[in-house]
Amino acid sequence: MSEHSEHGGSTEHVVPVSTYVSVFLALIALTALTTGVAYMDLGQWNTVAALTIAVIKMLLVVLFFMHVKYAAGLTRIAILAGFFWLLIMITLTLSDELTRGWEIVSHGWGMIIPLMIRLL
Amino acid sequence: MSELAAHSAHPPGFAHQFETIAQQREAGKLGMWVFLVTEILFFGGMFTAYTVYRSLHLQAFVTGSHLLEVKFGATNTAVLIVSSLTMALAIRSAQTGKRKGQTIFWLILTMLLGATFLFLKFRFEWYHDYVDGIVPGVSWSYHGPYAPGAQLFMCFYFFMTGLHALHMVVGIGILTVLIIMTARNKFSSEYYAPLEISGLYWHFVDIVWIFLFPLLYLIGGRYLGS
Amino acid sequence: MSTAIADLHETPADLGVNYLNASYGIRSWLLTKDHKRIGLLYLATITLMFFVGGTAAVLMRLHLIEPQGALFEPETYNKLFSTHGIIMVFFFLVPSIPATLGNFLIPLMIGARDVAFPKLNLLSWYIFVTGCAFALYATLSGGVDTGWTFYPPYSSSFSHTHVVAVALGVFIAGFSSILTGLNFIVTIHKMRAPGMTWFRLPLFIWALYATSLIFVLGTPVIAITLFLLGLERILHVGIFDPAVGGDPLLFQHLFWFYSHPAVYIMILPGMGVISELITAFSRKKIFGYTFVAFSSLSIAVISFVVWGHHMFVTGQSIYAGLVFSVLSFLVAIPSAIKVFNWTATLYKGSISYQAPMLYALGFIGLFTIGGLTGLFLASLATDVHLNGTYFIVAHFHYIMVGGAVMAYLGGIHFWWPKITGRLYPDYWARVAAALIFIGFNLTFFPQFVLGYLGMPRRYAVYPAEFQVLNVMSSAGASILGIGYVIPLIYLTWSMRYGPAAGPNPWRAKGLEWTITSPPPTENFEETPVVTEEAYSYPSSGVASV
Repeated sequence: MSEHSEHGGSTEHVVPVSTYVSVFLALIALTALTTGVAYMDLGQWNTVAALTIAVIKMLLVVLFFMHVKYAAGLTRIAILAGFFWLLIMITLTLSDELTRGWEIVSHGWGMIIPLMIRLL
Repeated sequence: MSELAAHSAHPPGFAHQFETIAQQREAGKLGMWVFLVTEILFFGGMFTAYTVYRSLHLQAFVTGSHLLEVKFGATNTAVLIVSSLTMALAIRSAQTGKRKGQTIFWLILTMLLGATFLFLKFRFEWYHDYVDGIVPGVSWSYHGPYAPGAQLFMCFYFFMTGLHALHMVVGIGILTVLIIMTARNKFSSEYYAPLEISGLYWHFVDIVWIFLFPLLYLIGGRYLGS
Repeated sequence: MSTAIADLHETPADLGVNYLNASYGIRSWLLTKDHKRIGLLYLATITLMFFVGGTAAVLMRLHLIEPQGALFEPETYNKLFSTHGIIMVFFFLVPSIPATLGNFLIPLMIGARDVAFPKLNLLSWYIFVTGCAFALYATLSGGVDTGWTFYPPYSSSFSHTHVVAVALGVFIAGFSSILTGLNFIVTIHKMRAPGMTWFRLPLFIWALYATSLIFVLGTPVIAITLFLLGLERILHVGIFDPAVGGDPLLFQHLFWFYSHPAVYIMILPGMGVISELITAFSRKKIFGYTFVAFSSLSIAVISFVVWGHHMFVTGQSIYAGLVFSVLSFLVAIPSAIKVFNWTATLYKGSISYQAPMLYALGFIGLFTIGGLTGLFLASLATDVHLNGTYFIVAHFHYIMVGGAVMAYLGGIHFWWPKITGRLYPDYWARVAAALIFIGFNLTFFPQFVLGYLGMPRRYAVYPAEFQVLNVMSSAGASILGIGYVIPLIYLTWSMRYGPAAGPNPWRAKGLEWTITSPPPTENFEETPVVTEEAYSYPSSGVASV
């Protein structure tokens, strides 16, 4: 089951200060990057860049500041479940909101293939 | 090990529904992570609504976004990142058995940074928005292009940053309690679970802002012609 | 077939020191950290809310004996059905089994001294009571008329009723659910006794674990949704208002993202109870333990991707409707697996028909009917005809009342001896169970017919040709109401005058039956070590007495 340590002293992994500082500097740099990139015209890629950088920053905070790099599998499953459920909510809601304007092209069995291609 | 011997080996802060302090620590951390999962879904509801409306009304959202000032958003992002560093160092200080003054130093610094964030937001952003008439439902006098959609965007701006700010205030309250507990010698390298768990909460609130910044301030880019 | 009745001469003093008498006084109850006492605090609160919600139902059914309405103005009728729904869903069904039986039994069943976070447990009860207070205040001040679903724009812009107060009550009660779910997840993961592996857990625990996943993943979304609704109503800004680019359907998506899984919050714990009752009263190991355990998890997961079936006719795109329809058929499968497994457990079991078993058998029949009628509603074409009619009302009442409430009553009766140390009179319990079964079917079966014939739901008046069926339904409701009051009487009676139960009056398997009734505050004198599989009854063919 769980570890049973009766001894004094922490049994948790101690992260070196240098690691924390490196992560901190990376986060600041990424913030500067995302701000700077916003002033460049990348069209629709601005959004992709901003979100990618945000996800990287989040991973740095989660893995190092929140110690998930050294944590048990159950913690990782819980975090993944949270994000996955958010993804379900967004995806299925959008599946309605973005398809309202779609018209039924034709009737009958023949429309199944074009319909599936469109959905995917 | 007999019950009596087990009891005398248990450090302060031990709760008797548990068998060992290790079990208690694991339970505490799992509990905080489960709570943070609920927070992902809680903020997530608003992120979902935001995503839907941004997909449907991109130009209106870009217009609304340009009403915000990047320099405050970026500065606040940096402030919170520093506060996450100081929080991590506070926990590490307790974990490695440093004197309580050092832990308290980092905790106070974290608290001050959190307060700075709130000060910048309320005094320089929200108050100015109120004066400029771009606060929906309270003070709205914007008649530029895409006005209805811009109002929708500003609703999300205030609701999302407002909910985030509420979490910051709670976080500062928690830090106050932690400072008092540290000063009263409640923690040691054996038992610092409340610090660790509160740290998880604080970092989570930082992560929410890490997403809010680009999603609210940088939509559609800030380049000429955007 | 009789149970092992304890010596009828035992007096209260013979029940020893237990969690009920370990300390006295109102403070020892209001400041308790004992999960068993907290379970009882919840029991008292939700019983009150059940009768408030039930009163609204009685008034509705009395009103509907006449086509033009016998008692109320339409505006008042609207408030009645809204109040009935809100109170029954949020303040009775959602907390019912988890907060009462779950709180009481989980530590006992896994061999722990208490839940992981006892103080948080007490806090969750106070939060729940606060939510109830808001809801009751709003009800007594005139209630809401939006339906329990609070759809904008009516709820945000047009209704003149106490929407914000009620929404606030629901919002607050939601946090009670979240804390309960959190507590249960950590408790089940981290506090099982040595030898209590996941696959030795009682299926009640699996069911509550799955329920807790839904609590934690779903409830925050309704919280934020009601929060946004409240802001829209107070500030007159248009999150869901088309005039500023908002979408009323977005509210429905966010609302049902929680509210559909919520119906599984309401039924899963009941299914867990049924697994316990069927095994105990057939004295037989459950058939297909692993299947039943995983079916609970499957239901919890799949429940999150079917919510759009509540929106087939509200303007959702056809394509989303297709996706949600297919997924809704999928969610029926794990439920069916459970029914098959319960039935197979009964086969060649040594069955006895005490009250808990009557409730369990009733559940299997009524839940099956309710579940199958759900398939008519999951199918897009038939749903167009049946949506908004009494067919839907009958469908969900078969599951919520014929299913969940009967499971709840079955569980209360089964574990009553453990909770109170007393036996209730089984004769009256069986009378009540029979009345409830008969009354329930008389109330709700006619509603399937009414719905099919086209009678709309949430209407204060109806065409005259539907009167006979409506009167039948109201007559059934009267019988059902009497059936619900009878347990209140004899269970209360038993707390004082019932014979002592002893540790295991049903001779059932499970750690909770190895300790005294009522249990001591610390539950187990020594942490138990588990070596048996769950439901390790002697194999069939052996006489049970």
